[in-house]
Amino acid sequence: MTAHSTSLSVPQPADDLATEPLTLWQLGWLRFRRHKMALFGGVLLIVLMIFSFGGAFLYTEKYANFNDTSQRLEPPSSEHPFGTDSIGRDILARTIYGGQISLFIGFVAVLIETILGILVGALAGYYGGLVDSILMRFTEALLIIPTIFWLLVLAKFYGGDVPEIHIANRAFSGSVIVIVLIIGATSWMYLARIVRAEFLSLKEREFILAAHATGTSNFEIIFYHILPNTIAPIIVSSTLSVANAILAEAYISFLGLGVQPPTASWGNMLDNSVKYLDSAPWLWFFPGMLILLTVLSINFLGDGLRDALDPRSRVI
Amino acid sequence: MFQYVIKRLLQGIPLLIIVSLTLFLLMMKVGDPIATMGGRTITRPDDRERLTRQLGLDKPLAVQYLYWLIGNDWTKIDADGDGIPEKSGTRRGILRGDLGTSLVTKEPVAKLIGERIPNTLILMLASEIVTILFALFLGIYSALRQYSTLDNILTALLFIGYSMPIFFISLMSMYVFAVLFKQWGLPYLPTVGMFDPQVGKTTGQVLWHMVLPVLSLSVIYFAGYSRYIRSTMLEVMSQDYIRTAKSKGLPRRQVVYIHALKNASLPIVTLVGLDLPFLLGGAVVTERIFAWPGMGRLFLDHLSRADVSVVMGIMMLVAVAVVVFQILTDIVYAWLDPRIRYD
Amino acid sequence: MVDSLLRVTDLKTRFHTPEGIVHAVNGISFHLNEGETVAVVGESGCGKSVSMLSLLRLIPTPPGEIYSGTAIYRNDDLLKKSEQEMEDVRGREISMIFQDPMTSLNPVLTIGRQLTESLRLHLGMTQEQAEQRAISLLEQVGIPDPSRRLGDFPHQFSGGMRQRVMIAMALSCAPSLLIADEPTTALDVTIQAQIVELVARLRESLHMAIIWITHDLGVVAGMADRVIVMYAGYIVEEADVDDLYDIPSHPYTLALLAALPRVDRRRDQRLKSIPGAPPNLLVEPHGCPFAPRCEFVIEQCLAENPPLMSVGKNHASACWVAVKTGLPR
Repeated sequence: MTAHSTSLSVPQPADDLATEPLTLWQLGWLRFRRHKMALFGGVLLIVLMIFSFGGAFLYTEKYANFNDTSQRLEPPSSEHPFGTDSIGRDILARTIYGGQISLFIGFVAVLIETILGILVGALAGYYGGLVDSILMRFTEALLIIPTIFWLLVLAKFYGGDVPEIHIANRAFSGSVIVIVLIIGATSWMYLARIVRAEFLSLKEREFILAAHATGTSNFEIIFYHILPNTIAPIIVSSTLSVANAILAEAYISFLGLGVQPPTASWGNMLDNSVKYLDSAPWLWFFPGMLILLTVLSINFLGDGLRDALDPRSRVI
Repeated sequence: MFQYVIKRLLQGIPLLIIVSLTLFLLMMKVGDPIATMGGRTITRPDDRERLTRQLGLDKPLAVQYLYWLIGNDWTKIDADGDGIPEKSGTRRGILRGDLGTSLVTKEPVAKLIGERIPNTLILMLASEIVTILFALFLGIYSALRQYSTLDNILTALLFIGYSMPIFFISLMSMYVFAVLFKQWGLPYLPTVGMFDPQVGKTTGQVLWHMVLPVLSLSVIYFAGYSRYIRSTMLEVMSQDYIRTAKSKGLPRRQVVYIHALKNASLPIVTLVGLDLPFLLGGAVVTERIFAWPGMGRLFLDHLSRADVSVVMGIMMLVAVAVVVFQILTDIVYAWLDPRIRYD
Repeated sequence: MVDSLLRVTDLKTRFHTPEGIVHAVNGISFHLNEGETVAVVGESGCGKSVSMLSLLRLIPTPPGEIYSGTAIYRNDDLLKKSEQEMEDVRGREISMIFQDPMTSLNPVLTIGRQLTESLRLHLGMTQEQAEQRAISLLEQVGIPDPSRRLGDFPHQFSGGMRQRVMIAMALSCAPSLLIADEPTTALDVTIQAQIVELVARLRESLHMAIIWITHDLGVVAGMADRVIVMYAGYIVEEADVDDLYDIPSHPYTLALLAALPRVDRRRDQRLKSIPGAPPNLLVEPHGCPFAPRCEFVIEQCLAENPPLMSVGKNHASACWVAVKTGLPR
């Protein structure tokens, strides 16, 4: 046994963890890497948002919708860094404005589905019994048809119901609103299940029993006592849902039933690209890449959040 | 065990009822069967009236729902508009396999679906097999080499894999393997349809045409599955009974592939079983891109023409498939896990 | 002249964790003779399990690292063997049984399968031979109706029975050394006694050496020939079993013995516990690791970590006070 220092201080008991971490590079890297990914995801997402919303200062929307058929299907050049599409519109500009729409749809749809999911999940979990049965049966029933079918059907039949919107000098196809509502209306079920599970376990806890005992109303208990404790899984789920919402919009727009032109979205920019696959790969490459980067950054971010907010999940 | 099966079957029925109701109400609200059937020609008022009676659209919703479920060949409808029902209905209802008639092509929906379903099934099954094989391999491999650089790289790649929209992979793979390969003079893959009409529908043709669509479908799924398998394996490998197995001096292969994998296979089977019918969703986009004549394509074609009968029929079928698979998965799981089987 | 079966010298194991390096085993040395039973005693976290798992190289290596020492088993250093060679040793020469029988058996394989696989692997038996042997093993450990039970799964057995099955599994190839890692801790007291008795009986018939890890000194008394007391990854005392109880020579041992509930104590006397908490293994200790909780501490204890020093025949203690002035009984 080696004697270490000659200090006469009594070694501290177990609760003193003031040591400098001596991490083996592998494990340290792994942990750091996880957080690094989340950080990277967050930064990337911000960059993409700046691209879409800030890019509006570089290109006007008029320019994005301006079509000069004599310049159709031009490959990327200095004048058109992303090339031009099948009717001569500048793709870079369209991806900027398309990004605004796609991101907007992603975030707002998630807002809607979070509210719906929390409502249904909280009520089902808290009241239990018949309320729970009915709500959950309904939720399960909706889940048994893959979302894309619901999306396509609703988009087809309600897509044209909202007229063009004019805000701040810009015109948006009403289909944007419809898409947001549809995506929100078909994706809340997953969150509802999560919230319900949380409520089921939390409502038996002592602090809730105490709240009951002091006469707190159900409304207050649900929203001020239990709900704040379920924030962690809600945040994780909602973050990852943004990626799903963006993909959903992309899928239905790609199939022609989503955001209607001339309003651009990353998804509908890909609509024609199959036809020109061999001659103009830049048609699908840029919007597709942007979607991939956005979804990737959100997934990284969501994963990091999950790690941070759920310390129990130890599996790497 | 038998009781368990019955119980699960009974649980599935209310779900199907709810779905069928929701679908029915939705379709009745959004669709305009008369307009659809008339196609582009505007139907004359008395034509409209006749069709309305024929299709039973003048009856209350509840009755319409009933007819949809169990048909109307057991009752009479008033075909000539004189207020007296005299002709027998011809519908047998979905519960007896009659999914209605296409508003556009006038063919039985069941027949339309039946023609296309095998094509989609081929795609789905092939994708699922490819997915499982790759995911097992990658998942186990990276679980065993946890912390290695290779594992980290793989994890990052898989992350990218499942963040990709299907059409991006499809388009990219089409571009590389069809367009670029052709430019470079390499043998290139076809991108349209199930077979080359000039050659005919041979197995070779179908397989060759399947490569790209299956590739597109599988990549996303096996990226996700790999991660799941990896984390399941990691969890299993950290269990006490694995330590016991090692302490007996069992070789690595036996420990991993028998002791660990058998346990890991339980949640994996659940994942695969529950996910399988959802592959149908992915097929919709893929079939459109590759012009594959399957059910997804059928859905899109008829949806764009507002053919609610076909659309409803397909969705109902998918719903039934999902419920059936849920039950099957539960049964298989219960059978595989001795703790449930021998209770 | 008894043969030394196992001789461990200066074994050190540590774990690399995100919070730092955990020094789990800090240089332990001991030996074991054929047929001898040595008990390893100490609190949770003192390194007793980790040291024995290190011998069999069952420590996962990333985070873990066996970075020093030798473990000579019959002329071979276990720590230098390849993984392949270790697979030949495990289950055949040295076997291990574990604490929790609920989780230590594979839930999806029949116990017959779990029994026969080592027999087929190490002894080259055929399936039929292995099954016959498995049945006889189950009989020996006291499982009724063994031939029918071969096809059963672990969840169909009670805790005590599962532990018996584990014992059967471990002894199936007649190892020379059995490492028992707290096999009775998770069991009822009455079952505990049965298991201890079973192992004792089997030990006789197999002439097997045993390392019995436990935190329960009561169990030790009936079973062991010698006792090793561990604390914070160090061996702090080592003695023949009777000497340990008669002349405990380390403050920790004294405290452990004093903490034992005794039938002959007065009922109104409080149970004595050891004040303080086990040290944080992330920190390498300055001086004796037990000093903060020791009632006999002197200045030297804080300055220098005492090595194991002889205090009698076959009796060593890592305590300055014990060596200089002796401890009160």
